Amino acid sequence: MMRATTNVLVVGVGGQGVLMVSRALTHLCRESGLKVKQSEVHGMAKRGGVVFSHVRFGSEVWSPTIPEGEADVLLALEWAEAVRWLSHLRPMEGVLIADTQRLVPPFACRDRRPGALSGYAPETVEEILARVETGHALDATGMAKALGDARVANSLLLGVLSTVPALEFAADEWLQTLDEIVPPKTRALNRSAFLRGREWVENPVLPPPKIREVAPLEPLARSSIELEIHAAWCKGCDICVKMCPERCLRLDERRVAVLDDPNACTGCRICEMLCPDFAINVHVRQMEAVR
Amino acid sequence: MKQASRPQGLFTMSGNEAIARGAWEAGVRVGAAYPGTPSTEILESLSTYPEGDVHAQWSPNEKVALDVAIGASFAGVRALAAMKHVGLNVASDSLMSQAYIGVNGGLVLAVCDDPGIHSSQNEQDSRFFAEFARIPVLEPSDGQEALDFTRLAFEMSERFDTPVLLRSTTRLSHTRSEVLVGERTSPPTRAFVSDPRKNVMIPAYARLRHPLVLVRERNVGAFLDSSELSRIEPGGGGDFGIITVGVPYAYVKEVAPEASLLKLPGSYPLPERTLRDFAASVKRLFVVEELEPVIERGVRALGIAVEGKEYFSRTGELSPNAVRDGLSRAGVPMKASTQVETGYPAVNPMPRPPVLCPGCPHMTTFMALRALEARVAGDIGCYTLSALEPLKAMDTCVAMGSSIAVASGMALSGFDAHPVVATIGDSTFLHAGIPPLMNAVYNHADITVVVLDNRTTAMTGGQDHPGTGRTLRGEETHRVDIGEVARALGVTWVQTVDSYDVAAVLRTLREAIRHKGVSVVISNRPCVLDPVRIQGPPFEVEASGCTACQACMNLGCPSITWGDEWYEGRHKVRIDERSCIGCTLCAQVCPTDCIRLRDS
Repeated sequence: MMRATTNVLVVGVGGQGVLMVSRALTHLCRESGLKVKQSEVHGMAKRGGVVFSHVRFGSEVWSPTIPEGEADVLLALEWAEAVRWLSHLRPMEGVLIADTQRLVPPFACRDRRPGALSGYAPETVEEILARVETGHALDATGMAKALGDARVANSLLLGVLSTVPALEFAADEWLQTLDEIVPPKTRALNRSAFLRGREWVENPVLPPPKIREVAPLEPLARSSIELEIHAAWCKGCDICVKMCPERCLRLDERRVAVLDDPNACTGCRICEMLCPDFAINVHVRQMEAVR
Repeated sequence: MKQASRPQGLFTMSGNEAIARGAWEAGVRVGAAYPGTPSTEILESLSTYPEGDVHAQWSPNEKVALDVAIGASFAGVRALAAMKHVGLNVASDSLMSQAYIGVNGGLVLAVCDDPGIHSSQNEQDSRFFAEFARIPVLEPSDGQEALDFTRLAFEMSERFDTPVLLRSTTRLSHTRSEVLVGERTSPPTRAFVSDPRKNVMIPAYARLRHPLVLVRERNVGAFLDSSELSRIEPGGGGDFGIITVGVPYAYVKEVAPEASLLKLPGSYPLPERTLRDFAASVKRLFVVEELEPVIERGVRALGIAVEGKEYFSRTGELSPNAVRDGLSRAGVPMKASTQVETGYPAVNPMPRPPVLCPGCPHMTTFMALRALEARVAGDIGCYTLSALEPLKAMDTCVAMGSSIAVASGMALSGFDAHPVVATIGDSTFLHAGIPPLMNAVYNHADITVVVLDNRTTAMTGGQDHPGTGRTLRGEETHRVDIGEVARALGVTWVQTVDSYDVAAVLRTLREAIRHKGVSVVISNRPCVLDPVRIQGPPFEVEASGCTACQACMNLGCPSITWGDEWYEGRHKVRIDERSCIGCTLCAQVCPTDCIRLRDS
């Protein structure tokens, strides 16, 4: 190994198995007689947030965390996380390994107005691969599913990791480690996933290019959505107020429904559909024109 | 975690496991804790050692845990209390007196700070508590020291007649590295010592103890001077020297391996002679420490010129980069960070804050509270996540158990027209929620208290507590009935509701709010992760019926996301079949009734 310390940063989303992957590597380093530190932050780990684990090994390891810009390998179990942590990779030399599966969190779907796009990482796989010297982007989850269980995607990615020259462990050592850390019943499946990962590196097939998310409509001007509330018909039953997904209606002092926050209204028509007195009409005027 | 009493040798373990191992090797007989990230695994790990060696327990809160450890120390055995930094606030009342009393059997408090606030409500620096209580603090820099210093802490505790604070941080507690373990030792048992002038803190006796505390402070300082623990590592040249402690020591070694170093075993008390010697050997002196300038102030108070926090942040976690940049700003020639010139352009995808789990029963309560436009005083637990969009139904969150009294204060102030509701988890209620509920009844507060009883301490990974009917070692025990507790405190309106029934939750909360005085609603669905992972058949969205209103997404369930189809320009929704547990909540709120059991 060229450097005294080799750095592998494993990232993903809570519940994906970031800790399993990094512990496999730690175990392997230990068995090979190397010094190793593996640092993680959990607590929120199960809650679908960002999870990361630093694995550092070699003849000498001081800091438990990898200095920014010094990760020799960035192993991402989810696509946006690969993008998020890219700056931790060692410039020109670092190797990116990423599952291209997308876990879009509720937070990215907050803008529900017509024509809105999700806030998920807009970069395509090709764009990101173009930025790194060595990059492996593969649909590991899809390939694992084809093998019988999406959960062995992690072993598949370990197979890819095992081919990185900076990590000088033999395939047999990796397989032995896998056998020791996965439940006995799943050994065969995990082994074949690992080998499938190695095979993929020999003969990489890029996942079908992910077409940018495109809205069928141009984002509409706010004025195009109009709520017509017939005050005389409203009996103040509160149903529309309680059911409005954007919570933009309220009852005024006369207990008549009014649109409290016109900017939040997405024109979803729930109030129109649910009003027992047909007191609400939603006019989404420009919609037809754009279509 | 099945490492119990394994033989001597090199093992990979986390900092917390090393602390437990060190305590076990030191012959600890009693260990007590309330779970709290990043300290939780200390007692979990201690409980893997034989029952005959050590009594390990969860206590309902940190003060109780410390008092149990204090009692064991009085009785003559070594005892450990573990907690997170904010837990020490709860336990501090006992600590401040015990600092005067000292110990019989060794008494160690393992306290884990959380610089960077990975999973806490603040990043207070526990070293102040050591100085405040005038007790020594030891700060391991890696897993091996976590074990060694824990053993040392027990020895120092008995030798100097003092509780000892063992301070870890998230980075140490949750880093796994090789640790050379030893065998269990059996310290000589001490009989209970009947000595009221030492053990009973009435004013007359406390006045006698206080001067002894100051003598002890000097003695410990002298010990740290004479021992090998305060370690000078001479480096190249005398231009500058760095004093450091704990995990930052590793960062300094990483980025400035050649620097002259003074590695301290802890920040209080300081070894004066060693500090003066080291300061005299270098032209410029820096302190690299995480969070507050505790050592820096101490050094400066000795009349020694020192620099530190002008270059290293007082907030957040240090890192190799932060130490490198700080030294560089201070004018120390450093190899530039490789990232600076040739690095990748920063890409910032959407934030991914933690979310409630698919099927989490808390979702219903907070959706209903938002619909009822309640003013919600929240508390500490997973449900604090409901402060974020899309639930966005929590108005305040202060500290463990604060919700009920905060709600009382709001209600008694004639706050506003909104109903005032406190939400508190079962473990948090038993931790610090009972006195404020008593207070609310006693002082006629008009509030509703929702106890989110998921029968576990969920946020920290599912630990038992007195309301689960199981102990740390998994033995069956009496199960506290929260409804009975509320009634015993004088609450006359108590109802239990199934939080997987949206209409029932809304109806019950409405009635509870209408009730004048204190009302208690107990939501009784168990946590979907612990102790049993709940998994039912997944649901799906019938896309033809979906009008993309996204009302279901107001639950904040991470299984629900945008699908590939659109309706009137908005995304129709899709349910992730792998993570959906079939709780039915989204199907209950769907206005077009298009969410149903997935065809298998």
